[in-house]
Amino acid sequence: MPDIQSPVPGTFYHRPSPEDAAFKTKGDAVKTGETIGLVEVMKSFIEVTAEADGTFGGYTVENEAAVSAGDVLATLT
Amino acid sequence: MAIQRLFIANRGEIAVRILRAARSLGIHTIQAHSEADADMLAVRMADEAVCIGPAQAAKSYLNVDAVVQAAKDTGADAVHPGYGFLAENPAFAQAVEEAGMIFVGPSADTIRSMGDKVSARQAAQAAGVPVVPGSDGRVDDLDVAAQIAERIGYPVMIKAAAGGGGRGIRIAQTAADLAKLAPQARQEAQAAFGDGGIYIEKVIPQPRHIEVQILGDGTRAVHCFERECSLQRRRQKVWEEAPAFDLPERTRAAMCKAAVDLAEAVGYRGAGTIEYLYDAAADTFYFIEMNTRIQVEHPVTEMITGLDLVALMIRICGGEALPMAQGDVVRTGHAIEVRLNAEDPHRKFMPFPGVVGTLRLPEGDGIRVDHFLYEGYQIPPFYDSMIGKLIVHADTRAAAIDAMAAALEAVEIGGLKTTIALHKALAASPDVRAGRIHTQWLEPWLDAGNLAEPTGETT
Repeated sequence: MPDIQSPVPGTFYHRPSPEDAAFKTKGDAVKTGETIGLVEVMKSFIEVTAEADGTFGGYTVENEAAVSAGDVLATLT
Repeated sequence: MAIQRLFIANRGEIAVRILRAARSLGIHTIQAHSEADADMLAVRMADEAVCIGPAQAAKSYLNVDAVVQAAKDTGADAVHPGYGFLAENPAFAQAVEEAGMIFVGPSADTIRSMGDKVSARQAAQAAGVPVVPGSDGRVDDLDVAAQIAERIGYPVMIKAAAGGGGRGIRIAQTAADLAKLAPQARQEAQAAFGDGGIYIEKVIPQPRHIEVQILGDGTRAVHCFERECSLQRRRQKVWEEAPAFDLPERTRAAMCKAAVDLAEAVGYRGAGTIEYLYDAAADTFYFIEMNTRIQVEHPVTEMITGLDLVALMIRICGGEALPMAQGDVVRTGHAIEVRLNAEDPHRKFMPFPGVVGTLRLPEGDGIRVDHFLYEGYQIPPFYDSMIGKLIVHADTRAAAIDAMAAALEAVEIGGLKTTIALHKALAASPDVRAGRIHTQWLEPWLDAGNLAEPTGETT
């Protein structure tokens, strides 16, 4: 299964907003195109979406971590 | 007591701009930066630099305690906030002054009263400045709402008192619309914000955005004419001009006088901007807000007046009286500024931070580029996408548009996607040239596909 990579550099968020729960938790079903996180780049929020169906394996970087384009953000199994 | 050691609490191109102004006045410069900005141009140029925290703005450029502490620790006697970040935060202005330093801007009280929509509107009205006709506060009675709408004329906007960012706004074309929509707006506001209060405001159809630059020393103020900022996308200005085009001289004089009256009424100190909506069909203008800081688009005013607004605000806030009378401020020709953003205009303006490759910028009479780029510079992804501004000045508006088109052809910023393609298309647009533009023009123009992807484009 392909890992989910960041499309852009920026700050990665597990949650849609600080008050909300994470988009996904380990073991959740994930469908192609589904949002699993957000990357804030230059004050814009870009949705990070899955490119395949699978089971969510967990985030591989911390919430609010600085990420580069191409960094693996989460795994799919 | 003139300023001797200036702390620059900002980044990017405006930090470079402030540095140059300070240097021209013989002032020692201390540049603040986040961990992600250690390589930025202003850090390299400044006499001293100090790290104020991690990359995230909330932990560095927006952290009042960290900024004030760094300014004190480095022995600064004044702090310039630039624009954005803490520039219009009254608590910051107050903290700087309480720490015994000069805030290069107006007093905390002025920032506070101009930052609040209701008190700014009241201050404008008290100074005789026209405001958008409306309910002057919340309306709880639907009959009263109908009376107000009748008085100001349809169409009217119904806004939630507790809302913001355009949420819950409804437009009523007729009294029947209002009778149907006002109760809906109240219910929605109650559900969303726990407050069913609504405002009524006149709708200004296809308004232009015109703003007046002022300078004040706390007692006296002068205007430096107006700017036209009607080309906007998502409420962000993309192309600015000075002066406004096709503006009747009498209207220009009235707008500028009203701005000076308001600035003097609030004892304004430093550089500021009074923003208006302009209804061209009715030749009528309305105050919308005051920006209590230097603005991104200040260079177009500098190009037509020859003034250095940033140096002037530093001198005035350092204690000098306004060094000119109104009659000393004269304008020549026409200036245009475009904002160069690291965004891909062909992909919905997706931000595109990257490493600056080959950098070629136009030079010459009537051309100015304010930026913070150098070859090999990694643009950090954590901040605004604006990487610079291209400004031209010529005898007439038509000549300025031609000069802008030529200057855009001469710019090369390798390694990034930028909004240069957007500006080339705007410079070639017959609507822009004829002045058939308003604040709601650009987005439909983009939606209509006027920014077609050119074939064989390279970056």
